[in-house]
Amino acid sequence: MAHSGIDVLTMGSNFWRLLGGLWITIRIALVASIIGILLGSLLGILRTLPNRPLRVVLRLYLEFFRIVPTVVLLFLFYYILPKQFNLNLPANQVATLVFALWVAAEMSDIVRGALQSVSTHQREAGQAIGLNYWQLQRYVLIPQAWPLCLPATVNLLTRVVKTTSLLMLISVMDVINIGQQIIEANNKTDPNGVFWIYGIIFLFYFLINYPLSRWAKHLTQHQLEATHL
Amino acid sequence: MSWAIIQQSLPLFAKGFVLTLKLATLGIIGAIIVGLICSLIYYFKLPILTPIVTIYTEVARNTPLLIQLFFLYYAFPILGWRLTASQCGIIGLIFLGGSYMAAGFTGGFDGITKSQIEAGQAIGFTRWQLARYVILPQGLALSVPALAANVIFLIKETSIFTVIAIPELTNTALDLIGMYYHTNEYLFVLVIAYAIILIPLSLILTYLERRVRYGTFGH
Repeated sequence: MAHSGIDVLTMGSNFWRLLGGLWITIRIALVASIIGILLGSLLGILRTLPNRPLRVVLRLYLEFFRIVPTVVLLFLFYYILPKQFNLNLPANQVATLVFALWVAAEMSDIVRGALQSVSTHQREAGQAIGLNYWQLQRYVLIPQAWPLCLPATVNLLTRVVKTTSLLMLISVMDVINIGQQIIEANNKTDPNGVFWIYGIIFLFYFLINYPLSRWAKHLTQHQLEATHL
Repeated sequence: MSWAIIQQSLPLFAKGFVLTLKLATLGIIGAIIVGLICSLIYYFKLPILTPIVTIYTEVARNTPLLIQLFFLYYAFPILGWRLTASQCGIIGLIFLGGSYMAAGFTGGFDGITKSQIEAGQAIGFTRWQLARYVILPQGLALSVPALAANVIFLIKETSIFTVIAIPELTNTALDLIGMYYHTNEYLFVLVIAYAIILIPLSLILTYLERRVRYGTFGH
């Protein structure tokens, strides 16, 4: 092999372009996660209220986002928003919106589960000393539910990062889309470049996700030890 | 929304539906086998194999299926391994799913109380007898909800097969949209098709979780 195609990575500004694409990927994941976690936490608290119609609506919202694959969600919003609602958003924003709504749905279930697993004694003790609903949330339930949410939330973040790989499908200029452009531009001279470009994108994703999943694992073990003691 | 358009597209969607189910079934069966083997290796901390399994599961779990598929489909031919799109899809699903199933099984095995294992050791079981008579019967039951959740997850992941042009459900819908522009109708059928597969599974999952919870905690 005269050359293996690895120079495709270093040629011109190729590597910097890939990093630029990666930044777009990370930015969408980050913004969507922040919005989604905030919205999802609120929805999770609402889902513990004794209001039945509200619970049913929020449950349906969760199930819809759970059952429809993310690829399909992206296309739904990408096609339906401009057509039905006359809302022409750039692909980046559509993606951020879809991811935020998806994270919010998953987060609402994490928060609901954690709030409900705080023991009833705690809740009743709070009521006994005369805390109102929001005081009960603020001083009793949220402080105890928060550590229970954390491992699942970090796990959700790794899923968000992995799912950003689908952004290229609605032509967001993410790291994979830019990788494909580089591959196509160099295919004549460097047919082996494809191996290195996809290889480096593979590595990028691993480098972002591995620390996150280690952290989630650490948090889970920590929690297991805390509950068994 | 026009019913005539939906009706016309149904035969194509039916084909995609069958293909989605077929690929998902093969991938899931493969993933369960790989996952079970990996989790047993991991449980017994077999030398040499354990680090390999750890590296495999970390790589598979921390990278997106889409890149795994691109690698199989576009980069592997350079190494001389040429696979059809469907083969790539199934292998990709087994590669990804195996690591998730392994984690599911491991979770189940970890849920077995220590006294059970010590009792097995006390009556002189070898490692494989312990696996056969104590760990597998109890651990498998405990890991069922996690496995069912993985099954749902893997079926949804088959929608990504569209990127390597496997004519499964999502690909069928996108193709039809590209040809006829009846976006609403085709997306509607697509969502319904996934709902038909996944809603029953998700109900079964809820039921299984309740059963295991009842078995473990009695309420």
